[in-house]
Amino acid sequence: MPEIQNFTMNFGPQHPAAHGVLRLVLEMDGEVIHRADPHVGLLHRATEKLAESKPFNQSIGYMDRLDYVSMMCNEHGYVLAIEKLLGIEPPIRAQYIRVLFDEITRILNHLMWLGAHGLDIGAMTMFLYCFREREDLMDCYEAVSGTRMHATYYRPGGVFRDLPEEMPQYQPADNRSAKELDRMNADRSGSLLDFIDSFAARFPGRIDEYETLLTDNRIWKQRTVNIGVVSPERAMQLGFSGPMLRGSGIVWDLRKMQPYEVYDRMDFDIPVGVNGDCYDRYLVRVEEMRQSTRIIRQCVDWLRDNPGPVVLDDHKIIPPARIEMKDDMESLIHHFKLFTEGYCVPEGEAYAAIEHPKGEFGVYLVSDGANKPYRVKVRAPGFAHLASMNEMVTGHMLADVVAVIGTQDIVFGEIDR
Amino acid sequence: MTLDNKLAAIAEAVEARLGERVQRLDNTAGELGYAVAPGDLLDCCRILRDTEGLQFEMLMDVCGVDYLSYGRAEWDTASATATGFSRGVLGRDDSPGGGPARGGSAPGGTAAGGSAANGPEAGEPLAETDYQPPSRFAVVYHLLSISNNVRLRLKVACEDDNRPIVDSVTGVWASADWFEREAFDLFGILFTGHPDLRRILTDYGFIGHPFRKDFPLIGKAEVRYDPKKGRVVYEPVSIEPRTLVPKAIRDDNRYQPDLSKD
Repeated sequence: MPEIQNFTMNFGPQHPAAHGVLRLVLEMDGEVIHRADPHVGLLHRATEKLAESKPFNQSIGYMDRLDYVSMMCNEHGYVLAIEKLLGIEPPIRAQYIRVLFDEITRILNHLMWLGAHGLDIGAMTMFLYCFREREDLMDCYEAVSGTRMHATYYRPGGVFRDLPEEMPQYQPADNRSAKELDRMNADRSGSLLDFIDSFAARFPGRIDEYETLLTDNRIWKQRTVNIGVVSPERAMQLGFSGPMLRGSGIVWDLRKMQPYEVYDRMDFDIPVGVNGDCYDRYLVRVEEMRQSTRIIRQCVDWLRDNPGPVVLDDHKIIPPARIEMKDDMESLIHHFKLFTEGYCVPEGEAYAAIEHPKGEFGVYLVSDGANKPYRVKVRAPGFAHLASMNEMVTGHMLADVVAVIGTQDIVFGEIDR
Repeated sequence: MTLDNKLAAIAEAVEARLGERVQRLDNTAGELGYAVAPGDLLDCCRILRDTEGLQFEMLMDVCGVDYLSYGRAEWDTASATATGFSRGVLGRDDSPGGGPARGGSAPGGTAAGGSAANGPEAGEPLAETDYQPPSRFAVVYHLLSISNNVRLRLKVACEDDNRPIVDSVTGVWASADWFEREAFDLFGILFTGHPDLRRILTDYGFIGHPFRKDFPLIGKAEVRYDPKKGRVVYEPVSIEPRTLVPKAIRDDNRYQPDLSKD
């Protein structure tokens, strides 16, 4: 009988379940994993170094491209760090808009996660369902910023512009009947807030659909229950955050514990898991989508009643309106200085953390008083999560690796930076 | 900026427990930060994690910082000059931060020619920064206490600029593992006691530490597929470095409380 020995298997970087460019070197004993060594960095673009070579505002767009499924949340962390050093606070309406879009982003992210995670472990329909709702949220992004993904919408001192009064509508086309067009434009006749409101009204029903497919599904439970169990103590040791930490039963959410913007005025609950397995983290994230919908509705109500400025009236940081430049010398100078040199940020260092859909997204900013950051360090939640891959999959079967990658909500834009 | 009450209480507890071994950092925008000597790091970390009332049970982030060109501007803002925008582009060719330190090109090429006229001696005042980095490299740790809901920053200055070494804290917080690998990869900071100090983000066989300030932004090597050789080849970079916006440091009196009071 031939001697059986461990063998090494390469997983990725082009495997469809690798969520991008993860390369895993797995040491296997038959189907059982003995050691997993993730090789990352295939998407490394040196975002932090690039940010050091540009004025502060020019790097906001880079932040979108970090975690490219939760764009505005990345911007939020970066912008908060700059605001902390500048010692400014955006107008209250801008804070509500930020909270609104942070939560829209959270749903966007969780839908992407749910669809991909489902697809990875055999639930094909989820992907199609989730992308149906993502489309509506992408339209919100587009209406407010002009782009569907890389919004570059947040600015130090507020947001780029106020919410539009009109929601863009679908245009007639050869392959669309008039009836079809009316159906597509049904909730697009009002403002963006009306559209978001109607989305928030129908979305809980959609979550029920997802849950009908998965929550009590025998196959889903077989693939997720008791897979990748992490104890609360271990989760803290490993630097987990967000749903990964809450899935292990630790009540920790920066939106509640260290509220930024207007989260302290919002009424929402923090879902927490019990067993710390993939199934609990699934439940936590699904419930987070429901809570986000609640926050969105509160923001929409407030924003409807309270018009006001969405950006600070400080032309040392915020460029003046185009129309002002036409006949005001001072505005022209401000505009010129801001777009050729940018603003200088006082010397110092700050760490701003937000509750990103994946966990704690922190930006550590060091400024030496220049118009460019001296050092930007992005603390990506996924980086700490992926570091625990070896620990989470050791002893599991090969097929469970895919479930663990899914439950960690890995996106390489932020891990490799 | 002053600390709020909760942070002040924690600061008191930290200083009571660690005393002389930590020095409070200022200019931290209301956050709590301490400088620690490399020799005291491990001990301080254990105390911060285990002491009742501190309980920093999580290490959120470890990052390296290279202070080589701290406070060094590319654009003289204090006096008028006769040269135009080009002084911002060429003026710092030999400065550590920018400049076309082209990998593979012969030393003393065109780049050095430009710097002879605009070298550091031709007027390159270092800004008077509040923070004077004690050494070139520093490692910054961001701790979080879930029990007390506070954050704390630790900053360790590496003693030797040519061979920066710090003790690894992987034994205190397991999350330090990859963060330290990243700091090693990008800055070349060595962590003694780290179980597996390999490169993590850069390519297999990468040479150099790309986030050091003397590593050019355009990089040193270029990769392309060579159809003749039938494989991927590495070559010196062919692109030129560009400065679109020079780095300028302005003393803004809005941020200097003693000036703005007058």
